[in-house]
Amino acid sequence: MIKYIIRRLVQAIPTFFGITLLSYLIMTAAPGDPVSLLTFDPTIKQEEVQRLAARLGTNDPWPVQYLRWLIGDDWMEIFREDLRGRPEIGLDRVRYGILRGDFGNSFFLKLPALQLIAERLPATLELGVAVLVVSLTLGIPIGILAAVWHGGAFDNATRVLAVIGNAVPNFWLGLILILIFGAWLGVLPMGGRCAQTRGGCPPVYQRLEYLVMPVTVLSLGGIAGYSRYMRASMLEQINSDYIRTAKAKGLPANMVWFKHGARNALIPIATFLGPALVGVLGGAVVTEQIFTWPGLGLLLITSITRQDYPIIMASVVIASVLTIVGYILSDVLYAVVDPRIRF
Amino acid sequence: MASTSQTSQPGVVTLGAEPGKPRRSESLTQRALRRLRRDRLTMIAISVILLLTFLAIMAPVISTQILGVDFAKANPVNAFLPINSPGHILGTDDLGRDHLARLLYGGQVSLGIAFTAALLSIGIGVAMGVVTGFYGGVVDDLVIWLITTINSIPSLFLLLIISAVLSPGPFGLIMVLGLLGWTGTTRLVRGETLSLREREFVVSARALGASDRRIMFVHILPNLISIITIALAIDIGVLILVESGLSFLGFGIQPPIPSWGNMLTGAQTFMRRAPHLVFAPGLLILITVLCMYIIGDGIRDAFDPRMES
Repeated sequence: MIKYIIRRLVQAIPTFFGITLLSYLIMTAAPGDPVSLLTFDPTIKQEEVQRLAARLGTNDPWPVQYLRWLIGDDWMEIFREDLRGRPEIGLDRVRYGILRGDFGNSFFLKLPALQLIAERLPATLELGVAVLVVSLTLGIPIGILAAVWHGGAFDNATRVLAVIGNAVPNFWLGLILILIFGAWLGVLPMGGRCAQTRGGCPPVYQRLEYLVMPVTVLSLGGIAGYSRYMRASMLEQINSDYIRTAKAKGLPANMVWFKHGARNALIPIATFLGPALVGVLGGAVVTEQIFTWPGLGLLLITSITRQDYPIIMASVVIASVLTIVGYILSDVLYAVVDPRIRF
Repeated sequence: MASTSQTSQPGVVTLGAEPGKPRRSESLTQRALRRLRRDRLTMIAISVILLLTFLAIMAPVISTQILGVDFAKANPVNAFLPINSPGHILGTDDLGRDHLARLLYGGQVSLGIAFTAALLSIGIGVAMGVVTGFYGGVVDDLVIWLITTINSIPSLFLLLIISAVLSPGPFGLIMVLGLLGWTGTTRLVRGETLSLREREFVVSARALGASDRRIMFVHILPNLISIITIALAIDIGVLILVESGLSFLGFGIQPPIPSWGNMLTGAQTFMRRAPHLVFAPGLLILITVLCMYIIGDGIRDAFDPRMES
């Protein structure tokens, strides 16, 4: 098992470098750079601009800049005198590289990008966990029942709902919910994470009404996916020998379905964790924007409009790392719950 | 599968010749088409898509000749007219532009982008999938690495930063969507090619001295027709959703060009005054995507020999 986990982690290394390279290359095409940002002052001397560019390395070829971004430039002080004695804060500070968790400072807020993301991550995770819980607790029973009554009215109704659930645009559903429950009926808050504007939010159970609409919008795809997947998985179990045995020895139908069938049908669901995480992260961008939910997605949108590249890069890399971890976790989980899987 | 191997009768067909005389037995594609025509739900979905496409293409004629409005003409005095107003059947938007005319033109943009971007991404996906599956080796490893990398970045994140950096127009957006959307098709086609490559009819074609190109075009590609058409239908649906989401966020199609997505961008600010503006664009997206998914499913069933009743 340990060997399997290590192998999966080693396999993830080239993917990780691919992600950093791809996002770096996209960003090099972007207009605006820290030098012009720092030298916005019209009274600044040309030599000062040159000196700053040399220190920040913005004139180096891109592979050098990419390496600098990856592993930092504090070690370069050994060779280059002009880099010594830089401050620990500010935009021209010492860089430690993203491999050591230093994504640079936000152009706009002048704070370390990682710190700003860490502040926003709990809100997104809160949404993500709620979505996962709702889609599992609704999707799996629906799938089991659809399989038990396959071909029946419930099965057909859930099939239609699943297709519609996959086809409805997230942002539009959000708007409709806000219009109906926020604007017309006024029973749910139209957005935000809590009523307070300062000093953080109270614990989740005191502000569940704020979660209802965003979680509904984000769970729809999950419920549709899980129920269909669970149904297929259940129907596969019906033809197994052990189900026939259970029926043959006279167990009541409920027992056969829920105690024997459902347990084994649940195993493949473990592989859904990775894709589910991707869905939540991607969907969160749109949903957080509509419901002004102060998470990673909203931070990304604001940063893109402000051209705050360190934060954009950091959120892309961190979201991708979370995705890779999610995929590895679901594979490992699959191996754990299914003893037939050998490494 | 047998039908396509018939096209290469040993000794009869020479390189680059016509792909065979009229077949006596019904081909796989012919049978699929016959079964598709009997599938009522899929035929309804296809009709709806054709109707929407027709309306979108005819948008200039319909809006000037029948509705008698200019889709781009803003008139603040007429802003937020309700449904069934004189001269504006579906009312007007925040700038007093005719809602129905803008929906028709928006359809041009949304459908046009989704259709062309899907064709582009499927084209790239099929080419890459067939080549990597057929040859394998270093190129295969490299492509697989690229696919894993692209799939590890949440797709909306990737699309957002690219759209933000390049701020593409409609044509640029087609390129971006097409160049990012090929990974799924490549994986599918590659897997299928890997298995087709070892089948008897390919092995015998190779034994008869068929070139790699001929094997790929004459023996492998025709057998991929079912998964390609299914992927195309599903892809168009997905791309409609992606484009509308991007445009809604303000990173796709930029106003004043209407798209079903960006027509909802300001909806939150005026939804109390003009709720009718919120429903139509989303409903059109939903209907289009739903129809594309139904068509994809229908094609899958039509090609599936186990579904023959």
